[in-house]
Amino acid sequence: MSLYYAETHEWAEINGKVATVGISDFAQGELGDIVFVELPVVGDTVDAGGFLCEVESVKAVSEIYAPVAGKIIEVNEELEDAPEKINENARGAWICKIEFSTLPDGLLSEEEYLKQNS
Amino acid sequence: MSHYVPHTEADIKAMLKDIGVKSKTELFSDVPKKLLLKELNIPEGITQQEVLEFMQKLADANTVYDVVLRGAGSYKHFLPSTVKNLSSRAEFVTAYTPYQAEISQGILQVIFEYQTMICNLTGMEVSNASVYNGASAAAEAILMCKERNKSKVIILGDIRPDTKSTIITYTEDQGLEILDIPLDKDLKGLKEALDDQVACVYVEQPGYLGNVIDAKEVGDIVKGSGAKYIMGCNPISLAILKSPGECGADIAVGDGQPLGLPLGFGGPYLGFMACTEKMMRKIPGRIVGETVDADGKKAYVLTLQAREQHIRRERALSNICSNQALCALTVTIYLSTIGKQGLIDVANECVNLSHYFKNELSKVQGVEFLEGEFFHEFVTITPGKVDAILSELNKVNILGGLKLDRDRILWCVTETVSKECLDFVVDLIRGVL
Amino acid sequence: MKTIFEKSKIGSKGVEIKKQNVPAYEFPEGYRRKDLDLPEVSEIEVVRHYTGLSRRAFGVDNGFYPLGSCTMKYNPKVNEEVAQMRGFTNIHPLQNEENAQGALKAMHILSEYLCEITGMDDITLQPAAGAHGEYTGLKLISKYHKARGDLKRNKIIVPDSAHGTNPASATLAGFEVINIKSDEEHGVDLEELKKVVGDDTAALMLTNPTTLGLFEKNIVKIAEIVHGAGGKLYYDGANLNAIMGVVRPGDMGFDVIHLNLHKTFSTPHGGGGPGSGPVGCKEEFACFLPGPKVEKYGEEYFLVNLPESMGKVGSFYGNFLVYLKALTYILTLGKEGIPYSAKCAVLNANYLKAKLQDKFDTEKDRHCMHEFVISIKKIKEETGVSAMDIAKAMIDGGVHPPTMYFPLIVDEALMFEPTETETKETLDEAIELLNDLHARAYSDPESLKTAPHNAVIRRPDEVMAARKPVLRYVKP
Repeated sequence: MSLYYAETHEWAEINGKVATVGISDFAQGELGDIVFVELPVVGDTVDAGGFLCEVESVKAVSEIYAPVAGKIIEVNEELEDAPEKINENARGAWICKIEFSTLPDGLLSEEEYLKQNS
Repeated sequence: MSHYVPHTEADIKAMLKDIGVKSKTELFSDVPKKLLLKELNIPEGITQQEVLEFMQKLADANTVYDVVLRGAGSYKHFLPSTVKNLSSRAEFVTAYTPYQAEISQGILQVIFEYQTMICNLTGMEVSNASVYNGASAAAEAILMCKERNKSKVIILGDIRPDTKSTIITYTEDQGLEILDIPLDKDLKGLKEALDDQVACVYVEQPGYLGNVIDAKEVGDIVKGSGAKYIMGCNPISLAILKSPGECGADIAVGDGQPLGLPLGFGGPYLGFMACTEKMMRKIPGRIVGETVDADGKKAYVLTLQAREQHIRRERALSNICSNQALCALTVTIYLSTIGKQGLIDVANECVNLSHYFKNELSKVQGVEFLEGEFFHEFVTITPGKVDAILSELNKVNILGGLKLDRDRILWCVTETVSKECLDFVVDLIRGVL
Repeated sequence: MKTIFEKSKIGSKGVEIKKQNVPAYEFPEGYRRKDLDLPEVSEIEVVRHYTGLSRRAFGVDNGFYPLGSCTMKYNPKVNEEVAQMRGFTNIHPLQNEENAQGALKAMHILSEYLCEITGMDDITLQPAAGAHGEYTGLKLISKYHKARGDLKRNKIIVPDSAHGTNPASATLAGFEVINIKSDEEHGVDLEELKKVVGDDTAALMLTNPTTLGLFEKNIVKIAEIVHGAGGKLYYDGANLNAIMGVVRPGDMGFDVIHLNLHKTFSTPHGGGGPGSGPVGCKEEFACFLPGPKVEKYGEEYFLVNLPESMGKVGSFYGNFLVYLKALTYILTLGKEGIPYSAKCAVLNANYLKAKLQDKFDTEKDRHCMHEFVISIKKIKEETGVSAMDIAKAMIDGGVHPPTMYFPLIVDEALMFEPTETETKETLDEAIELLNDLHARAYSDPESLKTAPHNAVIRRPDEVMAARKPVLRYVKP
């Protein structure tokens, strides 16, 4: 298992050919109280750096981008009723799992990401 | 010159001095000189007294009918005195959209009550705070059903021409194709047209020509295909007819005018929209929600705002900003005043009187009808006699039904028409024929 | 306050409906609904309930309402009286034209006056609100380009300072939106504009005065650039109050406009509507206007449908009783009253700005038009007190807060639009209130952060409202 971050503030935990994806603690702090997560659709394919889903706070909507290209195989339905879990523990509240074939260039290690956003 | 500027000459002088300019015109120094207008080519201002006299003359140039037997999207109902009185309270009338919840609790609560009433009437779970009118509500509802890979919209049966035209306007740029499917007896047309390309089916209950159908049967067929089911309803009929919720609708819309708003030459009315909880984040317009304040006290706020244009901008599902809030307030007061039994009574009186009228007309030789159940509107067929009937009625200050063509009239009877008057109209028609 | 549903009592009756002696008709079982949950309340309870709620609302009649971009001017009572005349309220939209000559004449006169005030050739009164007007106007532009076979023009250019409805309307009308940044003076950046216009430009949407309350000085150049590329210029009439009768959108080069009669022409906002958003245009677009239109032949008025019309955007002829109020207003003010009111709106805004600009950050080098924006950014950095806190504290001072956090290009923005109908004394009181709040931001910031203190509720929990939506009353 290894952990990567995208410049656009998503984390991806890699397990074989499956990436579990969420948003960074820094991102949740910037967004403020999250009130709704429009979860991706299982079966859809996404591009690396392409649109994945939307996260809403009271007065803003933010796009979340896919850190890897592939197919959505599972979504965290728990977030439908409890979007606040992202605020409480961003690293623990995963949004979806993406089945991918290759890791794209440009992903950051946790250390690099934290350095960029400190 | 009349105007509403409260300043004295001295006020203006003092203010100009504080700003540091010599004249008001100096404040417009950013406007290119060549663009400044010399003079507006409209009449000089007049006193309020003269305006009232002028406008009264215009009002008097319109015929106000003693009896109205015309509906077709605009319905004359009895308006209790509380409705006009309470809805003209200046605190409501002169307020803006309740963005500042702390000083807008009154308006927010009214909208919350309105949403509740619309949900209860339609049997749906979520209502917005209104849109412009029934036609735009239908168009917005169809846009709510837009989905990837689904490009067809079915309009089932006869719908109001204004609504139809508005739907076409709103959908033509969105890659949606409108299919007109007639309401045949065993819904064969509908069954054949439904495929996985159909995003939604829109049906009006009662239909444009007054007809009432088994809307649940339609709902079951639509749901089976995976398309969304939208019902456009006359809200008075919902007092007694199966609610859209009971019929399996995903969205219920309609024009709220019959619920306390005057004919007003077509507006302002309001479009009501309600949907299932599943579609909550797709419904356009303002929505009020209940929450608590910093002290834990019950409070109301505008909520789910991330759907709306001021946040989502070009990605918003709808562009609506202003709605018809004061009309929604009027509806709320109307429904509170006549209450549950009152609305049922209004609906039953409409049904009973219109069926009585049709029954009496059926005894007149030369009058034929369209078949089927109806609510308070129905069509007569009197070949070549339409103009004669309507002009005879006009002479006695009765607004007859709507002329559909040279043979057919669409009649409407509400609780404002007396039995005696209906008997009189039947006799008059007998005379014409 | 309890909801009307909580005041409901089984068997309680308000106003009863007359019953007539005709046979009862029953629908077949499968057609009928099971039950109906509506309030059952006596008439006096209804009256007390809604009177009580009205006391928890705040309108222009209650006090100063400097809500920027919304033009909360006095709504004359005479307008209301006209809109309640029986000859207007009790006429059916589908009664014959010869029986509605007064209504049609009113629509015709109003259309002529609005064309004159905006410098347009033709107009429709059908759109029910500003955003509805934007949509209608953009459809006109779309129809125009398509009718000429100019099918490439699918982009609408929108400045980043625009109202959110502009881009939303453009999307709804089938266009792609190109956002452009403003220049240092918050106007359209001409170089940016030159870069984005081209043979795919359908139109540029512009508010003038801009949403910062400044007159777009380069308007003639902007029109040249857009027209030069074959695009059209769309005028968002939200801010017309500053310039009505002084300078006309049509003379500035605009091709299509919408008006907000509920802003500029004194019709009330009704707690969010109904408004009225007529759309005016130059001759070349007129054939595409929504139908029906009122035409005058001899001394008679008729409703006419145009063959190339875009079709309808809503029921009947729009918000008739609303635009009658605007007609009443225009008749009252007339050719001199209209520009005088605009100039006094600008006077009031500049007076307020002049008195606030020492303590609050705002544009100091130029005169504003009918509104101006102050930024609380510096105050927030120094005290922690935000634009929201100042706004909420104004409520305790008896003044409706200004527009907050708009336009988006100004940090911690508060946008003030006093309108022409406020007295100097009212402005002076507001100035005193804001000076006092400024002082308190430094001496007692906590009292602002917890404001309001005297309203019927404290600040509501908007996060909870959005996370766990309760959108209707459900019996416990």
